[in-house]
Amino acid sequence: MIRFKLPLVTLTIILFLSLSHNELRAEKECFEKVSRSIFKFNTALDNALIGPVSRLYNKLPQKVKEGTGNVTSNIGRLLSVPNHLLQGNVSQAADSFGAFTINLFFGIGGLNDVASAYIDIKPTQEDLSQTLGVYGVKNGCYFVLPVLGPTTVRDTAAMVGDTFLDPFATMTWRQKEVLNETFNKSNYVLYKGADAIDFRGDNDTNIESLKKNSIDLYAATKSLYLQNKKNKIENSTGNEEDGWGNLDK
Amino acid sequence: MKKIVFIFFIFLVLNNNKLLAYSSEPKSFVSEMVTEAINVLSDKSLSDEKKNDVIALIAKENVDIKALGYYTLGSIRKSLDKSILEQYNNLFEKYFLKSLTSRLSEYSDQKFEVTGAEQKSANYTIVFSKVTGETKSPEIKVNWRVYTKNPNKPLIRDLIVEGLSLAKTQKEEFASILNSNNNDVAKLLDRLKEFIKN
Repeated sequence: MIRFKLPLVTLTIILFLSLSHNELRAEKECFEKVSRSIFKFNTALDNALIGPVSRLYNKLPQKVKEGTGNVTSNIGRLLSVPNHLLQGNVSQAADSFGAFTINLFFGIGGLNDVASAYIDIKPTQEDLSQTLGVYGVKNGCYFVLPVLGPTTVRDTAAMVGDTFLDPFATMTWRQKEVLNETFNKSNYVLYKGADAIDFRGDNDTNIESLKKNSIDLYAATKSLYLQNKKNKIENSTGNEEDGWGNLDK
Repeated sequence: MKKIVFIFFIFLVLNNNKLLAYSSEPKSFVSEMVTEAINVLSDKSLSDEKKNDVIALIAKENVDIKALGYYTLGSIRKSLDKSILEQYNNLFEKYFLKSLTSRLSEYSDQKFEVTGAEQKSANYTIVFSKVTGETKSPEIKVNWRVYTKNPNKPLIRDLIVEGLSLAKTQKEEFASILNSNNNDVAKLLDRLKEFIKN
């Protein structure tokens, strides 16, 4: 019991801090100098290891890549179910659970996305940071974590919270029994690693182009991270006026 | 001889105009312009240098580079001297064209399709499109912010790739450089010069 209390207390404190600093603007930094140093380390790690591995991954047969992407997306749907419910989207929660179950049983353990291809069930992926965003919890300040990359106070708290909400994390990372099944922590690490490499592989051209064409890569990455998070929370397409209307005045 | 030179000149002008004249209807404008750019990028008979020159020509004619530069610079532009602003405009254009040609060269094998449009105001229409690769890589949604104040001459002002605005990203990069240098525009100009030179 004590094992679970510490993360919960930390989560509550971080959330309280985030809520009580609602006036903080998204672009506020927690500790920019440290974040920039960590970002440099992450970029070096990406150049030396993650980038080359993802390019090797891209050379795998298309079926293998698609299968990996489908399996990780399908596992991700388990986390979407409680988050859709917390956001009051019962039908999306049902769709997420339905898609997960259909792909698990009829898509050979999730290797094929049968739900999307044949039944047109395409629920959105949701996590706790989006749920908190929907509840009005602001980003809090921005910082960079070693290996894990860009984040904010809210998103870090949500990342911890997700491991409590996610049935897959409960079965693997927490090694709790769900429907008489448990796995070990390495399954969770493998899933997260495969998900990250699949994402990095899909976006290799864009990421390398961004590195080559940015005059401040740290700021560009921060902007893209915050824009993406905002779009996910608001389910928007990023077509807002954002100051364009003032340009001709 | 004079006649031959004249006919050759007219041919060149007509050909050049054909390259740059697109429909004024936003959807067709984007579709025709991007199709032309993809054709240029995938033309194996053209050298990389020639490709870059033609892409730069298309961009200069169809992207509102000056307005994009002002948007990217933010409100600080209002407090700058005319000469500094002129210097910024020149550097920004070079920076933009270099970064554009570099980015586009990576996407020469992509398939492009305009899927719709939405008029946001009298001045702006968003054109929706999708880009797919040769393999079964994920489809990318690209939206184009088209400035339609002059309905006869639409201009591109921003590209929104999967919901991420390139202009906004650039604006925040510039803001970060300015913030960390006490809003000294000279430092920003130095960074632009450095990028253009490398």
